[in-house]
Amino acid sequence: MSIILDKVSYVYSEKTAYEIQALKNISLKIQDGEFIGIIGHTGSGKSTLIQHLNGLMRASSGGIYYNGQDIYDEDYNRKELRGKVGLVFQYPEHQLFETTIFADVCFGPKNQGFSRKESELKAFSALRSVGLPEDYWYRSPFELSGGQKRRVAIAGVLAMDPEVLVLDEPTAGLDPKGRNEILDQVARLQRERNITIILVSHSMEDVANYVDRLIVMNQGSILFDGTPKEVFAHYQELEAVGLAAPQVTYLMHDLSQYGIPVCGMATTMEEAKQLILQAFAKK
Amino acid sequence: MNFIEARKLIHEYIRRDEEENVESILTALDGVDLDVKQGEFVAVLGHNGSGKSTLAKHLNLLLHPSGGTLWVDGKNTQEADSLWDIRQNVGMVFQNPDNQIIASVVEEDVAFGPENIGIPTSEIWGRVERSLKSVGMIQYRQHSPNKLSGGQKQRVAIAGVMAMEPKCIVLDEPTAMLDPNGRKEVLDAVVRLNQEKGVTVILITHYMEEVIRADKVYVMDHGKVVMQGVPRAIFSQVDALKSYRLDVPQITLLAHELHEAGLPIPDGILTRQELVEALCQLY
Repeated sequence: MSIILDKVSYVYSEKTAYEIQALKNISLKIQDGEFIGIIGHTGSGKSTLIQHLNGLMRASSGGIYYNGQDIYDEDYNRKELRGKVGLVFQYPEHQLFETTIFADVCFGPKNQGFSRKESELKAFSALRSVGLPEDYWYRSPFELSGGQKRRVAIAGVLAMDPEVLVLDEPTAGLDPKGRNEILDQVARLQRERNITIILVSHSMEDVANYVDRLIVMNQGSILFDGTPKEVFAHYQELEAVGLAAPQVTYLMHDLSQYGIPVCGMATTMEEAKQLILQAFAKK
Repeated sequence: MNFIEARKLIHEYIRRDEEENVESILTALDGVDLDVKQGEFVAVLGHNGSGKSTLAKHLNLLLHPSGGTLWVDGKNTQEADSLWDIRQNVGMVFQNPDNQIIASVVEEDVAFGPENIGIPTSEIWGRVERSLKSVGMIQYRQHSPNKLSGGQKQRVAIAGVMAMEPKCIVLDEPTAMLDPNGRKEVLDAVVRLNQEKGVTVILITHYMEEVIRADKVYVMDHGKVVMQGVPRAIFSQVDALKSYRLDVPQITLLAHELHEAGLPIPDGILTRQELVEALCQLY
């Protein structure tokens, strides 16, 4: 089970004065159950890339294979693909529309052709997965806080039983606690349901804390692809393209310059704490 | 008298049913006292739903107090004839740059505000030029806002407010939708307006790093001001902030954790440089 992108390119407004190549020859393999982060400045091609993964956008050239099948084949069922690769857009709470939360979450599976009963069972399990207390389920989605609304929107996608969940900046505009709650929830989905997670984020601290693999986009190409540690070791190149490493990565660098022997690099607060304590213990 | 003074400010959102009977009352501001001096840079923190945005909307009379009093620029906001004076002197910038830009050319967008308040055309162009310069966007004056990045659009929105030459600008999460570079551009522009032009700034944000440069910080929870002080004093209370669903900058948190683990690091470390110095002294 995997998604393979083979030399995917995408050109906006092809053959006009506004032609922009948003993706350039992207080749990528995404394995089952991975937790992947995608970073890149505005306009680097992140959003264009993720919209290719469920066939919402069609590559100008190149191929995409989902579990070994070419999704651009004449007889490939792309409608089914959209259920398998669930996309949670930015500010997904703007897409809530039903009168109750429960009805809103039922909409996806109903639309896929499931019976009312099956849809309700799926909605039930999805709302459970995002940790929304049951006494909220029959209220209007508009009575919820920002973080709660966002969880309902994620549940709406989960109810379609996706194998891959793609989230475009799911924490934008949330308070720090709300940010951690959403990310913890997403990490739990990956662990417990073995869903592949692709997280687009502007927060270097968040990706360092949560993902196993980090992809850096720049001008439509993949600049780096590796573990957060491998990627953030290139912090100078990252700065050149308008990104940065987490603050603690710089701190470790500064400390070794000032003669405090911290061994290795850190991308999370916990790692930094351990390295500093080790250095002081050895003194 | 302070530029802004709130005494026991109350705001209630009242929901009524079809017969105009009161269905529920939500107290969004519950006795807020606020003092902002002319030329100060004040940050307001608080989780989603804590009342920050409601407070912001009172400052330029988009909302009226349900109780208590609010003086802005020496005028009581309850008096009907102070409305236009206050709106001209207190500009607002909101979260989403796309909702605030209306013209198809940058300089025309910036000119909209002064034109709307009846400034003579000859003077408008001078103001447009000065305000675009003050946010570092003068080279884009003939561009279409569509083609700008999020940070650039948000700076155009700030220039649009500055062209009305307000004494104060209120920014409600101006960086929530931006990438790290865009966040930095906008914050630098705001700090410059405050320091060079003496504009009073009220910044509402969820990003703890943005608060470090403020003169004073207010923390809100459930419609009340629960903490106030200089950033260093606020951020030295890590546990209290966490109880209000907030966080501290990553470096401050690391310093706190190292302190807990036994290293005698002083409280209220805010920047990487400060932590490096503190650790070097200990080593």
